[in-house]
Amino acid sequence: MKITAYADRTSVAPDETINFMVNCNAKEFKADFVKLICGDMNPDGPGYQEKVIRTKATGTYPGRKQTIYAGSFVQIEDNEKFNHLESFTLKAFIWPTTPNKGHQTIIGNWSEKDQNGMSLDISPNNNGLMLTIGSGSDKVQYVVSGKPFLEREWYFVAATYNADTKRITLIQEPLHSHAKIRDRSIKNEKAKFITPPKSNRRITIGAQFKRTDKGRTVCQNYFNGKIDSPLIAARALTANQIEQLKTGYDKIRMSNDVVAAWDFSTDISSLKISDISGNNIHGKVVNMPVKAMTGWNWDGEEMNWKHAPKQYGAIHFHDDDVHDAGWEIDVSLRVPKTLKSGLYAIRLRAGKDLTDEDYVPFAVLPPRGKVTADICFILPTATYMAYANEHMGTDSPIAQLLGGRLVEHERQDLYRNEHREYGASCYDTHTDGSGVCYSSRLRPILNMRPKYKSWLGGKGSTLWQFNADTHITNWLEAQGYNYDVITDEELHHDGVSALEKYRVVLSSSHPEYHSKEMWDAMSTYQKGGGRLMYLGANGWYWRIAFHQEAEGVLEVRRAEGGIRGWEAQTGEYYHSFTGEYGGLWRRNGRAPQKIVGTGFTAQGFDISSYYKRNPDSFKKPVKWIMNGVKDDELIGNFGLIGGGAAGLELDRADTKLGTHPDAYVLASSEDHTDLYLVVCEELLINYPGLGGQENRLVRADLVFYETDQGGGVFSTSSIAWPGSLSHNNYDNNVSKITKNVLDRFVGESPLLD
Amino acid sequence: MGTNADDLQLIEEFKKNPIGHHSPDLQRLLNRFRSVPMENKYCLVVIKPNREWQLAKTSGKPGVALKLLQKKFTSQSEAEWYVFRKRWKNLTGEILKP
Repeated sequence: MKITAYADRTSVAPDETINFMVNCNAKEFKADFVKLICGDMNPDGPGYQEKVIRTKATGTYPGRKQTIYAGSFVQIEDNEKFNHLESFTLKAFIWPTTPNKGHQTIIGNWSEKDQNGMSLDISPNNNGLMLTIGSGSDKVQYVVSGKPFLEREWYFVAATYNADTKRITLIQEPLHSHAKIRDRSIKNEKAKFITPPKSNRRITIGAQFKRTDKGRTVCQNYFNGKIDSPLIAARALTANQIEQLKTGYDKIRMSNDVVAAWDFSTDISSLKISDISGNNIHGKVVNMPVKAMTGWNWDGEEMNWKHAPKQYGAIHFHDDDVHDAGWEIDVSLRVPKTLKSGLYAIRLRAGKDLTDEDYVPFAVLPPRGKVTADICFILPTATYMAYANEHMGTDSPIAQLLGGRLVEHERQDLYRNEHREYGASCYDTHTDGSGVCYSSRLRPILNMRPKYKSWLGGKGSTLWQFNADTHITNWLEAQGYNYDVITDEELHHDGVSALEKYRVVLSSSHPEYHSKEMWDAMSTYQKGGGRLMYLGANGWYWRIAFHQEAEGVLEVRRAEGGIRGWEAQTGEYYHSFTGEYGGLWRRNGRAPQKIVGTGFTAQGFDISSYYKRNPDSFKKPVKWIMNGVKDDELIGNFGLIGGGAAGLELDRADTKLGTHPDAYVLASSEDHTDLYLVVCEELLINYPGLGGQENRLVRADLVFYETDQGGGVFSTSSIAWPGSLSHNNYDNNVSKITKNVLDRFVGESPLLD
Repeated sequence: MGTNADDLQLIEEFKKNPIGHHSPDLQRLLNRFRSVPMENKYCLVVIKPNREWQLAKTSGKPGVALKLLQKKFTSQSEAEWYVFRKRWKNLTGEILKP
């Protein structure tokens, strides 16, 4: 791809500005703005539809290359005290996850350019701990422990340099107790050079400073794994003091020798890194390494970091962490005051005949404090972020098994595979195998694009997430409905005020990730008479947290249950951003059935199926929902997503999990393939017969129930539902049912006849 | 080793319906075919949405490009059948007629 881009926000109100950052390998690019109607390129469907809108930002712009520097580290504020260290001690606890990867920096202020400073590292060939000390290109000394580190074991590491005696000591002490593994080392060497090391480079932890690029610090030798309690002293600490440090930092006993002692267990929810030495030489994390990680002293007795923060003094660094790509702004759009709320995108074209293309979608909100329709469609941007730049199609052997066919790759997939610096999704693992629990939208998200197919999307149009949701906007447009669009972030930040003026709220095909604030907002909306049409499945499933300082970053801890691409490590189930217990909402006492009547029950990704009417659908109070549908008619035995309206991920009603006791289960799907399997949170004992042909938990339930004050919930319980809306030029029973419900929900009539 | 009647039945079943409901025996075979590691694993690259695909192989190494092969298809069924025959040959040594 010659052109990729992202925006500084995913939603913007009229008269506000949205900025776009563009990486373009061509001399120039053309920027247009479009209203997105249908992003599906399948010629067997309604066809791709966008409408160009005129703006002042429309035009041709110069192209330039913009780079993402992946890899996380801690950057410490510049401080005079580091520039004139003659003698010193460097110390940390480390838990390396890829000790054999190559050179990895734990802490230091080494300047590669000047060959000056100090650096404590894992040596390039995992020959154990290494101290680099230098004061010029011909005055560099390396001291190596010679004992390779084991993966995922804690070590105490330290190095001292005494400028008076010219003595260097290197200490590598394992905290594990594996028999016959001899990886303890104490090395003493005489310093070869008389000049003490000096450097004006700032201290970095978890990577080594390389250079700056437009104000951004660029590092090298990124460390994979955990670092806990790093410390720098201004003298070679005594053997006794070193022994004391092995059990923790004692400010009193260390007196004035310590220049900085960073305690990662304070300010866990912040970007800030705190020095507790008294010198206040603080720092910040760059690219969001993971906080609230079990530390060297975690004893397994406490699972909540808030209860025992001192046991959570570790940060897990990854060489592929990304937060804010940090690109410069290329295009700014002040949204016209009169632009109707809806789904829009910047369309960027470059290269020969403008054939290289990227889109960055965003929601235009109604003017602040107002609504401009009775219907509100919530764009599930939290879920898009969780899936942002997911790599399962190129990385995971189970992708073909799940899809039941060859994986289809788009150009974005090829690019993303080759450009890992664009960061991963919360379905991926980092290069060291640990799970990706943070995701940022401040980078190009190449699978959140119109025209894009995803391997997960079911046979046919094969759409998933963002582009699948354009089947909903397409239907709304085709049926002539007036609707507003908001995003998960409005729901999170504005609460119920984002919803309360709407008669009806429509969900996406897959609103999977919710913060507590989002959950509460929806619940309050319903209790106040709000009417929700849940047009998908696997909704309200994972609990997330948004960062409270940094824009556009969410966290998910894959705790004890659920369909998971990875699992959180024991003791690491609580969000670092908020301290809330992570994982499934079901494990937080709020199963999806409590908010939408149905909850995740099965998944499969090959072909979809149909629903059959249940006796509830003929009952007088609700038979209006089936107006125009014959008694024995199969519902949704057609569609662009897997060929049916019941497919991909499916939800079921279950009063034991919170479905309203008076809920009407209007129809249920059947005859799913055996690639559809019951979700793992249902399996206390694994047993044969979990596939779609045998197990009745593999079904989608079409559910309706009333809520307080005339409100109601209608749940389709299938991700594939919106893919059937356009069949036969929108004249079909899925479209009819959706329209029956939407028209009743918008109107003033009570919901039960 | 010749293709026996049971094998022929599975082959025919797949050819008729490569994506969707399958007999347990065919599903077991497909699970074996489709679960191979990512290094040199067959996949498709979209040329024209829903109309044209190019055969490719994943590298199995994050960051390393897919290898595009010459073969192109105008239907998913055609691609599935082509790869099935390749995998059948790897498993049994037998070449299935197109």
